[in-house]
Amino acid sequence: MKGLWGIFSKGLVLENPIFVLALSLCPALAVTTSVVNALAMGLTVAFVISMNNLVVSIVRNLVNPKVRVPIYITSIATIVTLAELLLKAFAPLLYKDLGIYLSLVVVFAIILARAEVFASKNPPFKSFIDGLGMGCGFTLAMLIIGAIREVLGNGTLLGYQVMWSGYQPALIMILAPGAFILIGYLVAGFKILSERIEKARAERGETV
Amino acid sequence: MMDYFLLFMGAVVVNNFVLTRFLGLCIFFGVSKNLSASGGMGMAVTAVITLSSMFAWLVYNYILLPLNLTFLTTIVFVLLIASFVQLLEMIVKKYTPNLHKMWGIYLLLIATNCVVLGVPLINVESHFSFGKSLVNAVGSGVGFAMAIVLMASCREKLRLADVPKSLDGLGIAFIVAGCLALAFFGFSGMITM
Repeated sequence: MKGLWGIFSKGLVLENPIFVLALSLCPALAVTTSVVNALAMGLTVAFVISMNNLVVSIVRNLVNPKVRVPIYITSIATIVTLAELLLKAFAPLLYKDLGIYLSLVVVFAIILARAEVFASKNPPFKSFIDGLGMGCGFTLAMLIIGAIREVLGNGTLLGYQVMWSGYQPALIMILAPGAFILIGYLVAGFKILSERIEKARAERGETV
Repeated sequence: MMDYFLLFMGAVVVNNFVLTRFLGLCIFFGVSKNLSASGGMGMAVTAVITLSSMFAWLVYNYILLPLNLTFLTTIVFVLLIASFVQLLEMIVKKYTPNLHKMWGIYLLLIATNCVVLGVPLINVESHFSFGKSLVNAVGSGVGFAMAIVLMASCREKLRLADVPKSLDGLGIAFIVAGCLALAFFGFSGMITM
């Protein structure tokens, strides 16, 4: 049980896909103008990573290593199309908001990376948990970015007014330049945080 | 004619793919550490976007649309582009080994990239004609090349600067990109489509 928790939790902070591995940045900037969009994108990606890890892990002994990448890509594309059709049917407004970035989930480096690094070497259940952890880490990062941008740029959170009434929204946070600058500072923040964690561990004499 | 010119300028500066639509960021931050590599990358991306947009347009309008298979667009485009890039790499390797030495590694990096997949998807979603798709693709490629070269020039200068330790590397690169995006914002509204 502890092993499974370890597999799940490493995606949250220490190997966070966006802040630490710096993979799949396009969606992190493009669809985080509001918390709802960020959450929808995060959940979609979590769904795709964990399902794809499951599929890749089930077929891992049948696939010839030479053709593995095209097979992974086909599997990812199929699952993304499935997610796209589901969203189009049940949440057409979100589908419209996410727009082209939804189709682009196919080429997110993090999904292919997890298939290659983890799912192709581990049994199905473990791979599924790994995908879930990475997906949650991704969603968490998206939520942080989305919340900061929505509060500062629009004065609202999940559509409700949270800032005082005379608050002048900093429009730049919703626009492209603000997104870049915010991520820059968040990356620096995560760097300081993980350095502190490692320093504390070293002082206690633990090895990672 | 004016139409095409506006579309081209729009794709290069107003709707610059990297700085306003956030596509191709992995390459943009990964390869912009030195100027000559980023120039090569910019050219390779332009070539691949242009050629794959052409193929994708033909496949979409002559195969997927008549057969009512448009829900397969994403899968078909991904496989089409990935196999096309592989083919291109083999051809370049066989006939122009020098070019291959310069571009080879970039070509494989481009194979599954969001800007290369994004442009053909935007083309078919906006129902562009063949000529317009081509112009949009070339414009997007040139815009990408321009952004990555600008970024690389800034980062080369930054190497001599005294950056706070925690911001060093990726952090400061993002902030520089933010400033570039701010500069490109000056173009917005110049061309309304």
